[in-house]
Amino acid sequence: MSGDVSALHMVLTGDPGLYAIVRLSLIVSLSAVLLAALIGVPAGAMLALVRFPGREAAIVFLNALMGLPPVVVGLAIFLLLSRSGPLGSWGLLFTPQAMVIVQTILVAPIVAALTRQTIEDLWAEYRDELAAMNVGAGRRVVTLVWDARFSLVTALLAGFGRAAAEVGAIIIVGGNIDGFTRTMTTAIALETSKGDLPLAVGLGMVLMLIIVLINALAWGARRAGERYAG
Amino acid sequence: MMPNMRAPASELPINLMRISIVAAAVTLLDDITLTLGPGAPTVLIGPNGAGKTTLLRAAMGLTPVTRGRITWGGKDWGGRESAPPGRRAILFQRPVMLRRSAAGNVRYALAAADVPHSARAERTAGLLALVGLEGLERRPARKLSGGEQQRLALARALARDPAVLFLDEPTASLDPAATKAIEDLVRTITARGVKVVMSTHDLGQARRLAGDIVLLHRGRLIESGPAAEFFAKPRTPEGRTFIAGELLV
Amino acid sequence: MPTRRIFVAAAIIAVMAAQPAPAQDKSIVVASTTSTQDSGLFEYLLPLFTKKTGITVKVVAQGTGQALDTGRRGDADVVFVHAKSAEEKFLAEGQGVQRFPVMYNDFVLIGPKSDPANIRGMKDVAKAFQTIKDKKADFISRGDRSGTNIAELKLWKDAGIDIEKDKGPWYKSIGQGMGAALNTAGASNAYVLSDRGTWIHFKNKGDLAILVEGDKRMFNQYGVMLVNPAKHPNVKKELGQQFIDYLISPQGQKDIANYKINGEQLFYPNASDHGA
Repeated sequence: MSGDVSALHMVLTGDPGLYAIVRLSLIVSLSAVLLAALIGVPAGAMLALVRFPGREAAIVFLNALMGLPPVVVGLAIFLLLSRSGPLGSWGLLFTPQAMVIVQTILVAPIVAALTRQTIEDLWAEYRDELAAMNVGAGRRVVTLVWDARFSLVTALLAGFGRAAAEVGAIIIVGGNIDGFTRTMTTAIALETSKGDLPLAVGLGMVLMLIIVLINALAWGARRAGERYAG
Repeated sequence: MMPNMRAPASELPINLMRISIVAAAVTLLDDITLTLGPGAPTVLIGPNGAGKTTLLRAAMGLTPVTRGRITWGGKDWGGRESAPPGRRAILFQRPVMLRRSAAGNVRYALAAADVPHSARAERTAGLLALVGLEGLERRPARKLSGGEQQRLALARALARDPAVLFLDEPTASLDPAATKAIEDLVRTITARGVKVVMSTHDLGQARRLAGDIVLLHRGRLIESGPAAEFFAKPRTPEGRTFIAGELLV
Repeated sequence: MPTRRIFVAAAIIAVMAAQPAPAQDKSIVVASTTSTQDSGLFEYLLPLFTKKTGITVKVVAQGTGQALDTGRRGDADVVFVHAKSAEEKFLAEGQGVQRFPVMYNDFVLIGPKSDPANIRGMKDVAKAFQTIKDKKADFISRGDRSGTNIAELKLWKDAGIDIEKDKGPWYKSIGQGMGAALNTAGASNAYVLSDRGTWIHFKNKGDLAILVEGDKRMFNQYGVMLVNPAKHPNVKKELGQQFIDYLISPQGQKDIANYKINGEQLFYPNASDHGA
């Protein structure tokens, strides 16, 4: 990506370098949110519904995980995935997969904590009725998650925002390699440090636009769903 | 459609033997012995806080008793606070609508009652028609009016094909027209052989619907017996005070 | 219905996970420095190499010290940095196979056009450093074990200054790359040592200008090494060697010399100078 051309010009002419970066950013962030949902939603629901010894401590711990410093996570995964580290034979360092792993670790606690809160609130509402209808434990979880799906979408959006904003951790494990692990955020960091501020600002605006678009899409889906199911 | 008659109910009679329920050092029910048998509705009356709701929940099997024993058709269930087995259903004072359409709510109740998939559509239509909600199948249940929600909750309860139906002040927040609709439904399902056990504030409603009356006051059973006898000549001073429309303190 | 959604999600993940395999086969990881990357050399040179050999080069750009550590961990196939003493230490540890000089450029002492320490045009860079310290003029150090940082520390030493002991609030060690250091210098009207390549390519020059240049001690040599496959069996030694061979070949050296910004050449090939 040549630095002399403004970001807007690149968008209009369909510069392949820019689109590769946008595409990678979306793939990494969306994959991370998806994986975080697969981990976080069941975990959050379980935490909301199952009474086990140490549950209170687990909830406090989960809330603390939301504040995990990203660079610390990046460093830890870096040490794990380095060739001289325990998982080195997987050859995942400096790949997009490593970036997805790091972002999943950062996003999953957010999704789990928000899920727990949502499910717990809905459970308080539904409890008597589900008991009266003789709903077993398994079906109960599915019902709560399904009926809370719109609030859960909001939780996923929060996770996506977190993932899309990440810079430090993914530079550490991804290496910001041109054409392979360079995302919008890492490209902005790079162009800033190269002094090409107009380009960095342009990239930033493209990133903001994408985030707004995704939020608008989710909002639209939520409204449509609410109109249907209330 | 609801089946007209079912096999002799194995849920009845419901025998409450000297049950007490104490929670957080507060006695909600105190040494109550009562039999709920088949036939016309049993109506619980008494002032607020008398224990009507608690008694309904205990007889439903939702609330465990602290002392005493309950049997349903002679079987002791054990009183754990898990889902009640059997063909009993309850309509809570403030029913909660699931975040689905009206038909969705009924279908959910049918699924929870293990009604086979193929039968659900027909039964849903039948139940909604029975409670007078045809045309509102697709409406989000939370957007229904108070009276409509009450009737939908009734349809949900009936989806379980219950032998006993508990109703906790079903018309407390409804206008007269909606109240009449509910009372008519009570008569309809009683005619189909369902035993209705309900509570009410409204003495007039008790007169209109009750076969048996149970008067509660401060967790204790004051009087119980055939409604006609109670309204003609109450045996206890509390009974007389209550019928006269005065406050039972 | 929720079960169906889980299927869809799993399918998407499977598709995404299957993605980058093709490029993996003929590619190498080169640990190099941010100065080299910031100069734009790789954007120019690598496509030429890939066209010639079909090998994809993935450059991880860090400071020299960090880049060599990446080689030590076996996370790179080739290291391409510019700090001869650090490179020779790398070889002595048995981490590299052989060092080849590739090209050189020089460092320049950058500062505000207003030149508060009055060092413009000095021929002796050590004297310029001494003056900066005496006048307590603001100075930005990269502080990141990069080649540039190592050169800067050596110049303090040449000036007879123990910078660790003698530094004051005027000496700001930021622990970041050349671009960040230049940004910081521009924003705070400070002096900073930079390599010429990054400086020419830098777009936010603001009020900064070259104040001292040409001293022989500001000479900056680049060397390339293959990470030792005996220590790290996963190193792609044939592909890595092809990259090294290209850099020191007549064609590669010609390509390096042809890299210009605004008509100005940034790097001077000198692979034939075996003592470099």
